[in-house]
Amino acid sequence: MADQQANKAGAPRSNTRVVGWCMASVVGMFAFGFAMVPLYDVFCEITGINGKTGGRYESTEVAEADMSRTVKVQFLASNGPGMTWKFRPVVRSVDVHPGEPTTVNFYAENPTTEAMVGQAVPSLAPSEGTLYFHKTECFCFNQQPLEAGESTEMPLIFIVDKDLPKHITKLTLSYTLYDQGKQPAVTQTSRKDTTTNDNG
Amino acid sequence: MRVHAQRAGALLGGLMFPAWSMADWTLNMTPGVTGTSNEIFSLHMTILWICVVIGVVVFGVMFWSIFAHRKSQGAKPANFHENTLVEILWTIIPFVILVVMAIPATATLVDMYDTTESEVDIKVTGYQWKWQYEYINEDFGYFSNLSTPRDQIENRQAKGENYLLEVDNPLVIPVGKKVRFLLTANDVIHSWWVPDFGVKKDAIPGFINETWTRVDKPGIYRGQCTELCGKDHGFMPVVVEAVPEEEYNAWVAEKKEAAERERQLTQKDWTMAELMERGEKAYQTACAACHQPDGSGAPPAFPALKGSPIATQDMAAHIDIVVNGKAGTSMQAFGNQLSEVDLAAVITYERNAWGNNTGEMVTPKEIFDYKNQQ
Amino acid sequence: MAVTGVFMSAVADTHAQDHHHGPAKGISRWLLTTNHKDIGTMYLIFSFAMFLLGGTMAMVIRAELFQPGLQIVQPEFFNQMTTMHGLIMVFGAVMPAFVGLANWMIPLMIGAPDMALPRMNNWSFWLLPCAFLILVSTLFMEGGAPNFGWTFYAPLSTTYGPPSTTFFIFAVHIMGISSIMGAINVIATILNLRAPGMTLMKMPLFVWTWLITAFLLIAVMPVLAGVVTMMLMDINFGTSFFDASGGGDPVLFQHVFWFFGHPEVYIMILPAFGAVSHIIPAFSRKPLFGYASMVYAVGAIALLSFVVWAHHMFTVGIPIVGQLFFMYATMLIAVPTGVKVFNWVATMFRGSLTFEAPMLFAVAFVILFTIGGFSGLMLAIAPADFQYHDTYFVVAHFHYVLVPGAIFGIFASAYFWLPKWTGHMYDETLAKTHFWLSFIGMNLAFFPMHFLGLAGMPRRIPDYALQFADFNMVSSVGAFMFGATQLLFLLIVIKCIKGGKKAAAQPWDGAEGLEWTVPSPAPYHTFATPPEVK
Repeated sequence: MADQQANKAGAPRSNTRVVGWCMASVVGMFAFGFAMVPLYDVFCEITGINGKTGGRYESTEVAEADMSRTVKVQFLASNGPGMTWKFRPVVRSVDVHPGEPTTVNFYAENPTTEAMVGQAVPSLAPSEGTLYFHKTECFCFNQQPLEAGESTEMPLIFIVDKDLPKHITKLTLSYTLYDQGKQPAVTQTSRKDTTTNDNG
Repeated sequence: MRVHAQRAGALLGGLMFPAWSMADWTLNMTPGVTGTSNEIFSLHMTILWICVVIGVVVFGVMFWSIFAHRKSQGAKPANFHENTLVEILWTIIPFVILVVMAIPATATLVDMYDTTESEVDIKVTGYQWKWQYEYINEDFGYFSNLSTPRDQIENRQAKGENYLLEVDNPLVIPVGKKVRFLLTANDVIHSWWVPDFGVKKDAIPGFINETWTRVDKPGIYRGQCTELCGKDHGFMPVVVEAVPEEEYNAWVAEKKEAAERERQLTQKDWTMAELMERGEKAYQTACAACHQPDGSGAPPAFPALKGSPIATQDMAAHIDIVVNGKAGTSMQAFGNQLSEVDLAAVITYERNAWGNNTGEMVTPKEIFDYKNQQ
Repeated sequence: MAVTGVFMSAVADTHAQDHHHGPAKGISRWLLTTNHKDIGTMYLIFSFAMFLLGGTMAMVIRAELFQPGLQIVQPEFFNQMTTMHGLIMVFGAVMPAFVGLANWMIPLMIGAPDMALPRMNNWSFWLLPCAFLILVSTLFMEGGAPNFGWTFYAPLSTTYGPPSTTFFIFAVHIMGISSIMGAINVIATILNLRAPGMTLMKMPLFVWTWLITAFLLIAVMPVLAGVVTMMLMDINFGTSFFDASGGGDPVLFQHVFWFFGHPEVYIMILPAFGAVSHIIPAFSRKPLFGYASMVYAVGAIALLSFVVWAHHMFTVGIPIVGQLFFMYATMLIAVPTGVKVFNWVATMFRGSLTFEAPMLFAVAFVILFTIGGFSGLMLAIAPADFQYHDTYFVVAHFHYVLVPGAIFGIFASAYFWLPKWTGHMYDETLAKTHFWLSFIGMNLAFFPMHFLGLAGMPRRIPDYALQFADFNMVSSVGAFMFGATQLLFLLIVIKCIKGGKKAAAQPWDGAEGLEWTVPSPAPYHTFATPPEVK
């Protein structure tokens, strides 16, 4: 009856077509919701808006350091929830000239009786500086396994871009270290069975 | 049943003696004590007055129509239904007002985002449900917990003047210096707000945010967490004490010394009674919110400690769960949050309070060794 | 509007048809119905039931906040109440009420015999009770109902959510499917079934606003489905969209959520704009001022709603350029919204006004919604938002746009069209009482919240500092008053269904539109033969 009426109205319209278009939009928008994830990442990489510093920086040109100014780079280390490692930067901050590669170390120690794997997640403030902070080598590129009681110094090599806006004089690089699960193979024997207890 | 009776009694009591005397009828935003908060205040007042004027005009015309153009007054309806000139005007005029409004707003925003040239840097970490302050340049930090007693919250005791806005260790900052805050969170998103400073910024796990303030007037300033962060979101206030510079320096020195003293306390020989006393205090600040002051918990999320196997049986498991937390639950790792002394005291307290009379105690030194030799 | 010159023959035909197939008897009439009026009725009843349920939760919240200290509920349960109150009111009360109105009125307004896709219509309604059964059942699950606020920010709702979160996600999916099907149906009906001669720019405004709303629904409900699906994967399948420890970003959640969330708030208000644009001219006995600009304004609001979402996130640390963009875009929304308000006022100006219940609610709508708009404009100023954000000022703001906006719009529509639905006039005295008690209660409940927010009270807290005590008590009293008054509405509607003064086909002098050309109550089948619109 609906079609009949539409015909009478002089405009042959089909419900099927409308529903088809609508369903296509629905599917499209659902996909768009998911597409926002990579889009957001790309967007952040271009604009640096979320302070997430990028991956390995590979520069083709040998940059010359800009000795006329110094930028203070501060380092922070935090532990994620339930992460029991000792984790701290070896130096609190360094003064660098834009363009010069600098190496610093972060200290990590696994004080538990089990081998564990950690993953550091970087974040930079102000987020505006993210675009101008390049890591050529970083422990955050990979997961860091540590045996029970083992400690290590993890290197970070970075370059502050010469194009860093003049008004930024201090950058704060923060790492949060997350527990990526205990390595079960090593720990079967030494594991204390506390997790089955309903307390806690 | 008794709890219910108590609650009913408290409710009744509360109804009969409402807190009128302590309350006030504040209507407006506080101008605050910083440049930023004052700028925000003036923006707020400007936009408010613009809205009031527009409202008076629009509602004025409306009320005039309601008053004068009633059918009961014999009003005959006109028949106009468009007027291009009027319609263009009332599109353009609001637009111009908005542009005028946007200019000072932009200037204030630019200023708020300028975190350069800071003299003191403080890292603020949100936890469920407390704040951690770390003085980056000074190498020390501490946790700041709500200090309002549970008895006040549950109406068994008269509420104090700063009910819910008081903490055990306030953040201390020097006046007249630019203080930069670096905010992050451990678990969920929190938001750090001090209205008097005009500073509010989200603390996001894994990410770092920054904001700043410069307070010129010494005083105690109170705020709260403003992002829903779970059960005790309403119970994690922010208290900032702004003090003159000399006082601040003295405080920093004292804080560093206290940290040293704490290390020494660890080595001291503690008696059961001393540990129990200290443990009760530490328990009330760190554990009672979930496990309840009487150890009864709130199952299933927060199990009871009273009579539980963990608090009455294997000591090592007990230490492990307090120090390292339990993955996948709300039980945090307190190893980095409490000192060795407090950890020992809390564990001892839990093993001997509420009829958990195990008679066992653990010393700060043992905790220290445990943490370092696991 | 020029919706005149209708063939009354349509009605006569309908009567003839009624003898052949009227409503089925018993429960199967409601379970299996494909009749737009039956489905509309069911939507409205369901929405009112949800309104009472969500309202009861609001009463629990206000009772706990009546005075400082924890008296009635514990913080865990308080958070469940705020979350469920929000979800139920948004998805259970307001949206279904508008879909109900759409079902009843759109075919009547455009001269169509039914919705374009009647079977899907039935399906989309019956999904709703299922969705809410699941949602409400979470209250009885171990660990309790969702407790992370209706905005369910990750990671509070993922890593730290209660076990019932998965059921919550499932419920959101189902109600999303229901809304999408409803929206498709509205679009198909409006595009395909308009009476001959009814061009787009002759459509009644309620139809226009619903058409735009339906497009918004189609655009954003799938995004909501996407975001809850990502949550589901984070919780159950080990992905980390929003978990920083796996390289995700909790702020991304907020971006995706508010990309849905901001258009969503317009979904809840645009149909009310439409309804009020019928009611004010009717009781002013004067044509609507600026029909075309109303349509363009709604379109502009809908388009702008896609580029303002981050104003909900001014404090998350968006860089200044983003902050400025979203501030300017948000401020722009004031322009088309202002145009609408000015148009309504101009419609009343030099009319011949009477104040029956629909008009009272509509006038209150314009005034109070404008107040909500003003606080919205204040919130748009990013630096000032740093003080307002997540305080009671925001709670006051969105309750001012949703209660006297959406809810009063729904009440106004209900009183306006009740005579058409039931064939009886409602009790005007009771209805006016309902209005005045609602009006006073609502303002008493929500106006002090502005002061509370400005004085520094954060939202979503079960207990507060002493300086907030007085206004909270006032607010609670107002909320109880508003809440209790709504039972009166139930009484009025039941009374109106059971009997009362017979309603004429055209019970209001000034009302225009095809719906008034059919008798009251509207027969089971209408416009079997389409009317002709000049």
